[in-house]
Amino acid sequence: MEKNSRRNFMKTLGASLGVAGIAGGSGLLNSCARVESNTGDKIKLLTSSGELVEVDKAQLKPADMPSLAENQKRGRAGIPGKSWVMVIDLSKCRNARECMKACQNHHQLRPEQHHINVLQMQDAEHTAPYYMPKPCQHCDNPPCTKVCPVNATFKRDDGIVLIDNERCIGCRFCIAACPYSARVFNWFEPRDAEKYAGVTYNIEANVPQKKGTISKCLFSADRLRDGKLPSCVSACPNGVYWFGDRNEDAVTNGTTKETVSFSELIKKNAAYTLMEELGTKPRVYYLPPKDRAFPFQGEIENQHKS
Amino acid sequence: MNKIESPAESRKMLDKIMTDLTRSITKKDELTRFWFFILIMFIIVGVWGWIIQIKTGLGVTGMRDYVSWGMYIANFVFFVAVSLIGFLISSALALLKISWAKPISRVAEQVAIAAVALAGIIIVMDMGRPDRFLNVFLHGRFASPIIWDVTVVTTYLTISVLLFYLPLIPDLALMRDHMADKLPKWKIKLYTILALGWKGNPEQYKIIYHSMRILMLLIIPVGLSIHTVTSWLFASTLRSGWDTTILGPYFVAGAFVAGTAAVIIVMFVYRVRYRLKDYFEDLHFDYMGKLLVFVCLVYLYFNINEYLVPGYKMKLGEGIHLRELFVGNYSVMFWFVQLTGLVLPIVLLLFRYFRKPFPIMVISFVVLVASWLKRYIIVIPTLEHPFLPVQNVPDHFKHYSPTSTEIMITIFSFVSAMLIITILAKLFPVITMWEYAEEKGIDKKYFSEKP
Repeated sequence: MEKNSRRNFMKTLGASLGVAGIAGGSGLLNSCARVESNTGDKIKLLTSSGELVEVDKAQLKPADMPSLAENQKRGRAGIPGKSWVMVIDLSKCRNARECMKACQNHHQLRPEQHHINVLQMQDAEHTAPYYMPKPCQHCDNPPCTKVCPVNATFKRDDGIVLIDNERCIGCRFCIAACPYSARVFNWFEPRDAEKYAGVTYNIEANVPQKKGTISKCLFSADRLRDGKLPSCVSACPNGVYWFGDRNEDAVTNGTTKETVSFSELIKKNAAYTLMEELGTKPRVYYLPPKDRAFPFQGEIENQHKS
Repeated sequence: MNKIESPAESRKMLDKIMTDLTRSITKKDELTRFWFFILIMFIIVGVWGWIIQIKTGLGVTGMRDYVSWGMYIANFVFFVAVSLIGFLISSALALLKISWAKPISRVAEQVAIAAVALAGIIIVMDMGRPDRFLNVFLHGRFASPIIWDVTVVTTYLTISVLLFYLPLIPDLALMRDHMADKLPKWKIKLYTILALGWKGNPEQYKIIYHSMRILMLLIIPVGLSIHTVTSWLFASTLRSGWDTTILGPYFVAGAFVAGTAAVIIVMFVYRVRYRLKDYFEDLHFDYMGKLLVFVCLVYLYFNINEYLVPGYKMKLGEGIHLRELFVGNYSVMFWFVQLTGLVLPIVLLLFRYFRKPFPIMVISFVVLVASWLKRYIIVIPTLEHPFLPVQNVPDHFKHYSPTSTEIMITIFSFVSAMLIITILAKLFPVITMWEYAEEKGIDKKYFSEKP
């Protein structure tokens, strides 16, 4: 009963927030249709799928687009009542790298910057190699947010570890602190910096990226607010990713759109978390690479095993 | 100390002390001008490098997403380390009433001020967004070791400046009263302002002694904190090589080695350049040599703990790190630091000959270079070996090597530190004159006499 009412509440909230979504996908375009006068003065907007659209200035309804301050405020608060988790099925990954592509597109990353990186792994000398997609683990005991001197990276109530690149001073302590090498830095002007100049910063996608600041996987927090799955999850052709809400105990597969019980999925498949012994309490769960659906190809590169 | 009874003798002696100890201030020659010229040239080049870095981004350095801290941070740790000597000599030794260290305390404070000031500048130069430096104060999160570091470094700088300034006040009054004919007007004016109307009555001396004592006590926890907290920037992470509880005392011990070496070098330069043979005596170098042996031995003990214990177990991550140091890419640097920079100085300095001014200066120089390299191999090799494999990135992400811009900016830091020390030496006596005169048995009443 209680669960139901919360679910309903979330639905209404989700819908209303969806309209208000950043540079608001459909909400914004609907509002455009209602206005007739044109000034010829165009403004660039970024949709939540990472597309840049041009809209006439007169067609903008300010109420539909949260201001930078408002965006940062709700970005820091998180999506109420949610507790996001990801499950990665290592037996399904065949290194298609669609997740990496979608992610770099969404977050405007340079080719060498990875919010999610598909690694070639081998646990011991004689064990079978496998592919392991590695996003930010969104730890519940995050070493990175602890060391940030200015609260530019922080843990939200819905479990996501986010970055405010309007505040980041670029000290890179969080990179040193992260044992998963999940963080990247904008060593130069970000990709397409000119194209996105003047676009309002969206904290939940960390775009546009800024020179001299940190970036990392955000579980596509902006898409979650719109009721969509993260970019990488939706882009995977092989059913590797499950994503959902731990409070609801439900995760959805990005490829098949099948929804299953989170607790059963990780129990049945003996899921584990990366480097559990460090006590970081990751929110990304891995299903072991057993009965792999494909052969491992290529050489293991720069593996740190002796 | 023998009291000098005759007024004439006292006045003559005071006059000689003043002439000798203000030689650094009165001396004006081509070499001084050339020295300033060289320093300023390098500083301009460094600032130019920094401007390029700000315009292009930190990508002009050799740092990338895996080795995200490089030479700047190593250099920062080095300067924090060197600055700790101010605490050791002008507080710890003074409180233990070790009188031979007294004339050295101002040199130690000069080095401390220059080093800690530069540490602050280097850390700003390492920031991706130096324009947002004020965020540290606006949005400071007290749970971050960086905030602790900012707090203790600024506190340490403040106390060091006070420890430099307070015993300087009677000296400033001496120069104000006695040297008006020998020095340019602006310097006398500066001394008059800074002397704060010093008259030299017993109450004033009492205030100085009293406040010096308080500062000496205050700087002990601050001094220990500054390098301990700096070590926690590393120890608070989970990475192999940094994730060790010994890092705090290990850094403090290493800091004394670097600082003692730096002070010996500066002492030697003053002795030769300002003809202060009778002030920085052979005896001082001898004692400083013994001090250096002592701090090196302590540091060696920590080094054995730091490398032998994990080396015995060879856990996976630690093992990769240690192999890299012992026999891998950093082995030359590692063994140079351990053997030439630590073991050899200990052995050599046991012999009296090597504690003579020139040999000990050369040894100190080697120790100082090794101290710098030591910080380099504390910071970089650890970052080159994260827990997860480094894949799908260009090759230059995998190994760090500093770029010319980084080297330019690092040279800038050294040169700037030397400039600060030079300016301090050109403005103020390098030994506390009144303390020295008192030690020689001259009564305080002669200090305030107008010539």
